[in-house]
Amino acid sequence: MSASDTTIDRLARASLWWQPHRIGLIVVAAALAVAAAVFMRWDWLPNYLGLAVYGIWTTIWILVVTSVLGFALAVPLGFAQVAGPRWLAWPALWFCTTIRGTPLLLQLWLLYYGLGSLFPQFPEIRQSDLWPYLRQAWPYAVVALTFSYAAYEGEVMRGAFAGVARGQLEAGRAFGMSRMTVFRRIWLPQAARSALPTLAGETVWQLKATPLVATITVIDIYSVASRVRQDTFVVYEPLLLLAVVYLCLTGVIVALFRRLEARVPSRLG
Amino acid sequence: MLEALLDALRSQLVLLFMPAEFVVGVAQFLVTLWSFLVAVSNAFAAGLKSAPALLAPEPPGWGGNLLRGLMNSVYIAVGAYALGLAIGTAGAYGKLYGGPILRDLLEVYTTIVRGVPELILILLLYYAGGDLINRLLALLGQSPVDINGLVAGIAVLGIVQGAYSTEVLRGAILAIPQGQIEAARAFGMPPLLMMRRVTLPAMLPFAIPGLANLWLIATKDTALLAVVGSFSELTLETRQAAGATKAYFTFYLAAGGLYLALSLVSNVLIARIEAWSRRGMPAIAGGH
Repeated sequence: MSASDTTIDRLARASLWWQPHRIGLIVVAAALAVAAAVFMRWDWLPNYLGLAVYGIWTTIWILVVTSVLGFALAVPLGFAQVAGPRWLAWPALWFCTTIRGTPLLLQLWLLYYGLGSLFPQFPEIRQSDLWPYLRQAWPYAVVALTFSYAAYEGEVMRGAFAGVARGQLEAGRAFGMSRMTVFRRIWLPQAARSALPTLAGETVWQLKATPLVATITVIDIYSVASRVRQDTFVVYEPLLLLAVVYLCLTGVIVALFRRLEARVPSRLG
Repeated sequence: MLEALLDALRSQLVLLFMPAEFVVGVAQFLVTLWSFLVAVSNAFAAGLKSAPALLAPEPPGWGGNLLRGLMNSVYIAVGAYALGLAIGTAGAYGKLYGGPILRDLLEVYTTIVRGVPELILILLLYYAGGDLINRLLALLGQSPVDINGLVAGIAVLGIVQGAYSTEVLRGAILAIPQGQIEAARAFGMPPLLMMRRVTLPAMLPFAIPGLANLWLIATKDTALLAVVGSFSELTLETRQAAGATKAYFTFYLAAGGLYLALSLVSNVLIARIEAWSRRGMPAIAGGH
């Protein structure tokens, strides 16, 4: 792919893209954007800029932390279902089914309002070192989003682990590799490679799930927009700006994963 | 006993040149974690003790409300899914056979819907749709109306579903062996007849896995309408019941069970539909 990606190819693709009707559409879109900038109310924007930056930062760190932790959890979840003993495979399967079969919003509320309302009744919990964290909202958001990512990606990893050719694993064993080495050097890398194309889509889903944390009082970029709506009664402008912010973040995620995928060799063995 | 254990650890660790405080901290953390887990399971048991009374189907209990909410969620999901399929079929045909402008506009539609969180789309479409209809009514000299929550929910979720359906159906149509469509054309079939007799049945086996996934997403996305608070579907009913009784844990767990049951029943039906749509096709090679 990279060999054929010459400058001439790129120019040819660019000239294909710049068709006359597209220029017309771009002009229309630009006119709409200018009209939105001129005729809609943006006077609230400077007052909330600091809060918006803080909100975007929260959204990004929640996305990154829960995606990384979720993937780390997805590997054992998928592996347990493929190669684990039954007492590990069943719980893993049920974990994935339950999380994937219920709305994330409900899981968040179950954790935050449900468990969160039960915790203070127990002095063991109130006196524990974890209590300062349990009183805040973000740990619940992180746990719920991590579980969600782990369950969806665990399902993918299950297929990826099952898809690695048996002969490869047998060859590893025949070379005298221990089971652990076979897993580390052959099974996991190939499974991770075949799951890689799903990661971008899964991470975009995760980004789109992050605004739900606003419903449990975590201040992300979505909740900043809601605050603007409540304070100033301006409805559309913050929501439109929010949509643009999320589109940009989606674009960044897709571009990052495209780079990552280009770096990883696509053919193994 | 714990003190003795910690003392033993401390004396051992000095020999190992490790910071004793660190290891003691870890041990204390583990003890904390353990008592935490015990407390959580106690909370679990305490929460479930009053569950039968709270979840009774008759009015002192809230079970009836939850079941009504589940029915409403299913209505919205079915409606949104059907609307999404209609939009998706039109969108897929437009993307494959439409002119350049239509194709680009559809691309913008699917890109925006797939790149922006559902929650924001729902709020935008909900407010903007209501506003638009009332302005239209005002132009016609009518008094403004309150938009039915059910209709609004179906319309909003249907537009979101339509974007995903478009992509699924487009891919499925492209997966049909080209010769089948060419044969239909060669027989002089008019486009609608060809769609009904060849394209739609032939693409079905390719589309079913994606469409099944979309149905599960539709059932779960109905929960997002609780944030708008316009229509009493399951999550909103649950929130009201939980708020009234303060038994948050019980009710959210019960609602989770209902959603899970809906998903599991759907999975069974989906497996049957998939088997039916693949009738006459060679079986997929299982495993290696």
